Amino acid sequence: MKEIVVISGKGGTGKTSVTAALAYLAQDDVIVADCDVDAADMHLLLKPENSIRADFFSGVLAQIASDKCIGCGKCAEICRWEAIAKTNEKYQVQALDCEGCGYCARICPTSAIEMEEQNVGQWMISEIKSKSKMVHARLGIGAENSGKLVAKVKNEAKKIAAQEQKPFVLVDGSPGVGCPVVSSLSGADLVILVTEPSVAGIHDLKRVYQLVEKFGIPAVCIINKYDINRQKTEELYAFLQQKELALLAEIPYDENFTQAMTLGKTILEHDPDGIGAIIRASWEKIINKEI
Amino acid sequence: MKIAIASGKGGTGKTTLSTNLASMMAEAQPVVLVDLDVEEPNSGLFLAGELVHKEDKYKMIPEWEKSKCVLCGKCQTVCNFNAVMQLAETIMVFPELCHGCYACSELCPSAALPMKPKKMGELKQFDLDNLDFIESKLIIGEEQAVPLIGQTIDYVDKNYPADTIKLYDSPPGTSCPVIEATKDADLVLMVTEPTPFGLHDLTLAVETMNTLGKPYGVIINRFGIGDAKVEAYCEKKKIPVVAKIPNDRKIAELYSQGKLLYNAISEVKEELQKVVEFIEIQKEQI
Repeated sequence: MKEIVVISGKGGTGKTSVTAALAYLAQDDVIVADCDVDAADMHLLLKPENSIRADFFSGVLAQIASDKCIGCGKCAEICRWEAIAKTNEKYQVQALDCEGCGYCARICPTSAIEMEEQNVGQWMISEIKSKSKMVHARLGIGAENSGKLVAKVKNEAKKIAAQEQKPFVLVDGSPGVGCPVVSSLSGADLVILVTEPSVAGIHDLKRVYQLVEKFGIPAVCIINKYDINRQKTEELYAFLQQKELALLAEIPYDENFTQAMTLGKTILEHDPDGIGAIIRASWEKIINKEI
Repeated sequence: MKIAIASGKGGTGKTTLSTNLASMMAEAQPVVLVDLDVEEPNSGLFLAGELVHKEDKYKMIPEWEKSKCVLCGKCQTVCNFNAVMQLAETIMVFPELCHGCYACSELCPSAALPMKPKKMGELKQFDLDNLDFIESKLIIGEEQAVPLIGQTIDYVDKNYPADTIKLYDSPPGTSCPVIEATKDADLVLMVTEPTPFGLHDLTLAVETMNTLGKPYGVIINRFGIGDAKVEAYCEKKKIPVVAKIPNDRKIAELYSQGKLLYNAISEVKEELQKVVEFIEIQKEQI
């Protein structure tokens, strides 16, 4: 089983649209994982149904029992996040500031502080319209530990792929270079970098590629909107050459992408001969190991 | 006044709005623009200023001093993040997992885990006439953006008076980095696009801001593509749509070159003017 992760560094480069199109092409050869749990959008194109849902618990938050609190203030003193404040002679925890380290609970002289496990979101296994399955999640608002939820989504997808003997797991990764991306990348066999020829696109690609290099994962690149700025596209070619990265595809600036999204369709369904053909050629290169 | 520019979805135009709005407002008054998207900061690519200050930013990590250690294992027990582990006669610290709570260090009976600074990123300050621009960048491999965002906000709080207009270009998403970047804001401007992805992520961003209890307005970028559902949603929820920046290939081209838009495209300037007016009204209500 081969695990393919699609990332972009910068948001809005077309990562999710490309991933959904690849998923649609691969049909039941692939289990899909939406690891962009912060702003998961792939379900809008792949239309999951008959979902099996489960709550995801991760991390803890401090809670102070006011009947046990003697107002000594030791908890507030040691809290590095200033998450504990005094109101009416008693101390209270600001849930959004609490990091869940549990230091306060360990030093409270009257054991007034309990660390409560947090329900940080829900994860789901669903059937999708390309006759396959998708694992996805919804992170609770402002929740911590999105990296752990990403790992959960990915591991569940891998488990199903192993059970059902699927050749591929396809992962829609998260933007940025922080913990959710690190979780998305860990264990991947191939990374598809979706970028655009803009100063911001190139800047973010270079940063996220440093992370890919640290993991030592082979990578290929898709340049979206390649015709928006020829000079920047040349810069991208130079970067790919320097890093010995293969160019998987070039996609023109095309509002069909947005139209497909508006209709809740993948680009394969909406524009099978235009951009759809470009994506199909890309997928064939991947399955024929030409890349 | 602190104004956070946020969005659920990435790539909707946060940075475009931040840089253009900051530059335009700076023609009339001093403005500070702060890039808090420390994982992938982009605002600086659109602003050519003079570097006036640079400092390394550190997080505190425990360092094991073998000679003092009594191998009691307390450090391992008190760490909620598995960042400290005892393996036979060695204590191992995993800096990338450490949240810097000090529990292992301060609860160690033999002071064998003093906290030492570890560089996590860099803050830079640039000067462009009336506009001060501050950006922080996370070192690749550092997983936690929140401490760097927090320290960057502290730097701005220390160096600028409270009544200065401060714009914060925030990270995408709805989890901890966004909360850190927006929790002190007086006003949040949410940038979205009129597409199903834009709408879906906007609803998440709205829930987040409702949880934080922040006043906010929505700016629709790439107006004209997609459908009318974002507007319908805002109307139903009584969320002010402050401005609509048109969808225009010329904008995408200027953006790709790292250029500002408001002096090149008059519709953009008109829409930004509406944002400025909205800010003025909100300012009086603080």
